[in-house]
Amino acid sequence: MLDTKSTDQPYRKWVEFAIESLIRVIGFSSIGFVFLIFLFLMREGLTALLDVSWGNLLGTRWYPILDIYGVLPLLLGSILVTLIAILIALPLGVGTAVFVREVAPGWAREILKPMIEVMAGIPSVVLGFFGMTLLAPLFLKYLGLATGLTAFTGSVILAYMALPTIISVAEDALDAVPKSYRDASLAMGATQWQTIWRVVIPAARSGILTAIMLGLGRAIGETMLVMMVTGNAGRMPLTLDSLFRPIRTMTATIAAEMGEVAQGSSHYHVLFALGIILFLVTFIINLAAASAIFRKRRRGGLR
Amino acid sequence: MSGDKRTTKIEIQNLSYAYGGNLALRNVSLEIPANEITVFFGPAGGGKTTLLRLINRLNDLLDGTEMSGNIYMDGNDIYAPGTNISELRRQVGMVFALPLPLPGTVRENVEYGPRLAGLRQKNILEEIVYNSLMQAALWDEIKDRLDSPAHSLSGGQQQRLCIARSLALTPQVLLLDEPTSGLDPISTGKVEDSLYNLKEKYTIILVPHSIQQAARTADSAAFFLMGELVEYSLGKKIFTNARDKRSEEYITGRFG
Repeated sequence: MLDTKSTDQPYRKWVEFAIESLIRVIGFSSIGFVFLIFLFLMREGLTALLDVSWGNLLGTRWYPILDIYGVLPLLLGSILVTLIAILIALPLGVGTAVFVREVAPGWAREILKPMIEVMAGIPSVVLGFFGMTLLAPLFLKYLGLATGLTAFTGSVILAYMALPTIISVAEDALDAVPKSYRDASLAMGATQWQTIWRVVIPAARSGILTAIMLGLGRAIGETMLVMMVTGNAGRMPLTLDSLFRPIRTMTATIAAEMGEVAQGSSHYHVLFALGIILFLVTFIINLAAASAIFRKRRRGGLR
Repeated sequence: MSGDKRTTKIEIQNLSYAYGGNLALRNVSLEIPANEITVFFGPAGGGKTTLLRLINRLNDLLDGTEMSGNIYMDGNDIYAPGTNISELRRQVGMVFALPLPLPGTVRENVEYGPRLAGLRQKNILEEIVYNSLMQAALWDEIKDRLDSPAHSLSGGQQQRLCIARSLALTPQVLLLDEPTSGLDPISTGKVEDSLYNLKEKYTIILVPHSIQQAARTADSAAFFLMGELVEYSLGKKIFTNARDKRSEEYITGRFG
């Protein structure tokens, strides 16, 4: 007995070491890849500053054929579509989460939860197609617009796409609120609705914030759907009716133009610069979400 | 201890209760006198907590439950159709095993109930906060921290805050479900002290976390075993000279 043990030992140690190193390499490589992507993006994108002047880049018109590369209409387009999408998705998403978690009877919850997961699995092309053929003509007809392919149409479909993320994260947050909070509130004569509104939602606040941030991140990075339904006209969305006019986002621009651009041209580099901006925006959003999660942990998940 | 005249506050008649097919209470009948501390004790799973939750109808939201029998408060059936449940719960306060301040400040916690009941006047709310914290023997310790988060208080303070929160509604009955199970002996002593003072004004039903606590606090005591009310009598009597063999064995520590 003792013998086998002693001969086994170095072998086991070696296997242990090998597996541990493998896991470590895999773990670190993902960090490495992100870093490399970032480097590549920077190398290709920052050179745009050598080719194109700041004045040109910060202009309000995007005409790559004429060497006019104003990114502002694209940036504002992205922001407008995303913000409106979140404004639509937030009440719907949190409302659905509250319904599923707090109000729905058991059988309804059993049906709703897998449905929401299926919703998350719908490819964005399909949603884009749905928006183009169904929503756009509908808006065209009933809102009296010049075209159905507008920022608003994009926002509505984007909201639909961000919904499953928001619902499931918000639902987890509500789920993490101890049952005893609800008991405590009910025991003081609160109705179920008062309990949800005054105790459960405030207690789940940071989780709901995370849900919004994740939804935002998902919406701003979405490409295909936005390209299909927003009309892709690069104009500054400054007036109030811009919402009901075509618009062009950064993601759609990169996707539409990258295929036909001459590699190494200034147009090519500016598209990468758009990528950097997009990267920074999503990075900031994710950072905000992470810090919200962190705050929650530090408070023991109670607020 | 109980004075000359004992009036019945809550009367429980032939109460049976089941959830998920398991019988949690079997044909329980007892009368709970006003302005005393009545203790429900016994091993876990005996139905003490279930009974407490039935008295302020907290189990209403559960699915798959069955109940027979009646609970009367001041002679009124609290399960009668048309009963205002929120109003009932305001009259029957409940304090739970874990100190559970709601999110928000100390003041917000105490004001929560009255605000829900529609109270808005600042000076009245101030007074309620003062009175409730005073009665829960907490005012002196935290009068300078009313606007700090309730979670920043110590465990014992949080539990007394929960008691204060229930008192803010000026209930008639106070249900306490092992209110000191998470507390150290000193905090436990403080909570018990505040209970002695409170029984002048309120009817208190306590599920203690130990037999010692039961013996210390009980005016009357009810011993529950597997959903059955085994023995119910004055505290002095049951803890020194129990009638039933099972309660005697439990009290003297032979099982449980």
